[in-house]
Amino acid sequence: MNSEVPIAAYLILGAILFSIGVGAFLIKRNIISIFMSIELMLNAVNLTFVAFAHHWHAVYPVAGASGQIFVFFVMVVAAAEAAVGLAIIIAIFRTRKTLNVDQINLMHN
Amino acid sequence: MPTSLLWFIPLLPFAGFLINGTLGRKLPRAAVTGVALLFTALPAAIVAWIWVVMKAAGAPLSMTVTSQPWIAITGFHVDFAFTVDHLTMIMLAVVTGVGFLIHVYSAGYMAHEDGYWRFFAYLNLFMFFMLVLVLSASFLLLFVGWEGVGLASYLLIGFYFKKDSAANAGKKAFVVNRIGDFGFLLAMFLIIAHYGSLSFDNVFAAISASDVHGGFLTAIALLLLVGAAGKSAQIPLYVWLPDAMEGPTPVSALIHAATMVTAGVYMVARCHTLFDRSPYALGVVAIIGAATAIFAACIGMVQHDIKRVLAYSTISQLGYMFLACGVAAYSAAIFHLVTHAFFKALLFLAAGSVIHALSGEQDMRHMGGLWKKIPWTFGTMTMGVFAIAGIPPWAGFFSKDEILYRTFADTDNPLAKLLWAVGLITAGMTSFYMFRLWFKTFFGDERFEETSSLHDHGAAVHASSTSTLTLEADHEDSHTHGVHESPWVMLLPLVVLAALSFIGGWVGVPTAMHGHNEFEHFLDPVFAATSTLQSVAEPGHESHGLEIGLAFVSVATALIGLFFAWLFYAKKPGTANAIAGRAKPLYSLVAHKFYVDEIYNAVFVTGLMFATRIFLKGFDQIVIDGSGRFASWIAMDLGEVARRVQSGNIRSYAGWLALGAAVVMAVMIFGRGIWVL
Repeated sequence: MNSEVPIAAYLILGAILFSIGVGAFLIKRNIISIFMSIELMLNAVNLTFVAFAHHWHAVYPVAGASGQIFVFFVMVVAAAEAAVGLAIIIAIFRTRKTLNVDQINLMHN
Repeated sequence: MPTSLLWFIPLLPFAGFLINGTLGRKLPRAAVTGVALLFTALPAAIVAWIWVVMKAAGAPLSMTVTSQPWIAITGFHVDFAFTVDHLTMIMLAVVTGVGFLIHVYSAGYMAHEDGYWRFFAYLNLFMFFMLVLVLSASFLLLFVGWEGVGLASYLLIGFYFKKDSAANAGKKAFVVNRIGDFGFLLAMFLIIAHYGSLSFDNVFAAISASDVHGGFLTAIALLLLVGAAGKSAQIPLYVWLPDAMEGPTPVSALIHAATMVTAGVYMVARCHTLFDRSPYALGVVAIIGAATAIFAACIGMVQHDIKRVLAYSTISQLGYMFLACGVAAYSAAIFHLVTHAFFKALLFLAAGSVIHALSGEQDMRHMGGLWKKIPWTFGTMTMGVFAIAGIPPWAGFFSKDEILYRTFADTDNPLAKLLWAVGLITAGMTSFYMFRLWFKTFFGDERFEETSSLHDHGAAVHASSTSTLTLEADHEDSHTHGVHESPWVMLLPLVVLAALSFIGGWVGVPTAMHGHNEFEHFLDPVFAATSTLQSVAEPGHESHGLEIGLAFVSVATALIGLFFAWLFYAKKPGTANAIAGRAKPLYSLVAHKFYVDEIYNAVFVTGLMFATRIFLKGFDQIVIDGSGRFASWIAMDLGEVARRVQSGNIRSYAGWLALGAAVVMAVMIFGRGIWVL
C-alpha cells in the first residue's frame, strides 16, 4: 500500500498558500502584512519546488535534487530581502510615523 | 603670376560679406565702409595686375585653376574650377571696377540709412557671386553664381523690407528668375545627357569636333536662352526689372544695370560655340533682342519715374546686346555690355544724386530747372545721356553703331534688314526718352518744392532713416538747405564714370573710321578663333562706305530723337500732353506698359493661385493635415486610456500582475489548442 501523500495535495496546498499571499498582498494596507504575504508566496513556491523535486526524484533518479537546491536559493534571497526590507520599513516608520502604504506615496504625482 | 591668385578674386568680397554680415551690426559705420571698400578694391587690384601681366606677356591669356573634384560619380565629374580668358578679363574689369565705384558712391548715398552694414554685406555678397559667375569654368559653377546673384538681387531689392512694394518686388524678381533658371537647368541636363560633362572646355571641344547642327543643340540653346531671358530681363520675362527699382539706387546701378542683368548676355557669348551651331536659336535670340529693345523703349518714353525710365532703358539696351548675339556679333554685344555698364551705372548714380538732392523725389513731373542747383550731377548725367543716345564721340555711339552695322551686314539671318530697322528706330526712341529725361529734370520750370525740414528728408528713398541724425551731425547740415549737391564721395564715382562714358568707346573704333577696333581683336581668341560661322570669323569690315553711311543714319536718328525731345519738353512743354490727349487709347495702352503685368496676372498668376488654392483646401488641408491630426488623435486617445492603468497605486499594479499571471495560466491550461492550431 502506497502510504505516500499524493503530489496533488502538496500542489493544492501550495496554490492555496500562494493565493492567500496574493490576496493578502492586494488587500492589506500595513506594509509589514504585505511583506509577510510576499514571504507566504515565496514559501508556497518553495513547497511546490520541493514537492516536484521529490516526485520527479522518485520517477527519474537522474533528475537529481535541483528542486531542493532552488529552495535554498529562494530562502537565501528571501532572508536577504527580509533584512533589507525590514530596514527600509523601519526607516520609513521613523520618518513617516506610519506603515500604511496608502500614505507612503511620495513618488506618486 | 600665380594662378591660385584667382581664388582670391571672389573670396575677398566673400570675406567682406562674412565680416560685415556677422559683426557689422556692432561695428561703427566707418569700419563697415572700410571693410566693404577694401574687399572690393583688392579684387579690382588683382584684376588690374593680371591685366598688366597679360599686356606684358603679349600672348592671348588663358588661365585655369582647378580644385579637387567637386562632384565625382561614375562617368561624370565636375571640378571646382575657375578660368580666365579675354572675355572673362573684360567681365572681371567691369564687375570689379564699376562695382568698386558703386561701393564708393553707396558710402555717401546710404550714409543716413538704418541697416547700413546689412546693405554693404549684401553688396559684397553680390560681388562674390558675380565674380564666381564670370570666372567659372563650368556650367554648374556658373549656375551657382547665377543663383547667388539672384539671391543678392532679391535681398537688395527688398532692402526696405518694411515697404510692401519693395518686399513684393523682391519676390517678383525671384519668382520670375526661377522660370528662367528652370530653362537653364533643363539645358544643363541635356548637356550632361549628350556630352557627359559640364565643363566649358569639354563641351565646346566636343561640339567643335562633331558636325552636329541644329537638333538637340537648338533645344539646349533655346533652354539656355530662357535662362538668359530671365536673368537679363528679356521678353517675356522682363517684368521683374522695372519693379526692381524699389531697391536703393546704387543697387539699381550695380545689379540691375551694369552687371547682373548682363549675365545672360555673357552666358550666350560664353556659349557661342553652341549657339553658332543652331541658326534657328540664333534667330530667336536676335528677334527676342530686337523685340525687347523696341518694346521697352516704347514704355520708357511715357514713364514719369526717373528710375523707371532708366529701368526700361536698361531692358531696351539689353535687347540690343541680345540682338548682337543673335547676329553672331558677340564681341559687339560684349562691347555694348561694357559701354552700357559705364553709362547706365553713371545714369543711375546721377539719378540717385538727383533723388538725393530732391530728398527722395523720383517723379520727373516734380523736377525741372535743376542744372544750376546741382551742376556736377547735371554735368556727369549729361555725359551719360549723350553716351546712351549714341552721339559721337561718346561711348554708346561706337558700341551701338557696331551692333546696328553687324545686324545690317548679317547674311545668315533673312530678317537682318528688318531687325536693323527695328534697332534703328529704337535708337531714335532711346535718344528721345533720354533727352526727355534730361530736359524734364534739368531744364524748364522748377516744379519741385524745397524741403527744409530735417525729418522730411528722404521720406521715400530713406524709408527707415530716423535715428542716425545725431551720429551724422556734420553731414546732416547740408541736408537742411533743401536742394543740394551730393557729397564728394558720391560725385567722385560719377566723374570717373562720366569720363569712361566719354572715352570708353574709343577702344572699339571701327577701321572704317580709321580706328583699330582693338576691342574686337582683343576678343578674337575667344570668338573668332573657335567660331564656325563665316560672319564671325571674318567680320565684314571691308565695305567701309556702307559702315560709315549706316553710322550717319544712326546719328541722324539720334539727333531726330533729340530734336523731338527738345521740341516737346523744352520748346513747347505742352506738346507732349496735347499729343497724349489726342491719342488717348494708344497713350494709356503704353502708359500702362501694354498691360503686360495685368495679362500675366490674369493668365498665369490667377490660374496658379486657383490651382494652389485647390491643392491647399482639397489636398493639403484635408489629406495631409487630416492624416496628421488623425495620427495625433489616435496617439492621444490611446494615451488617455493607457494613462488610467498607470495609477501609481502599488496594489493596482499588483492586481494587474496577478490578473495577468492568471490569464497566462488559464491559457496554458485551457488554451493549448490556440498554439498548436
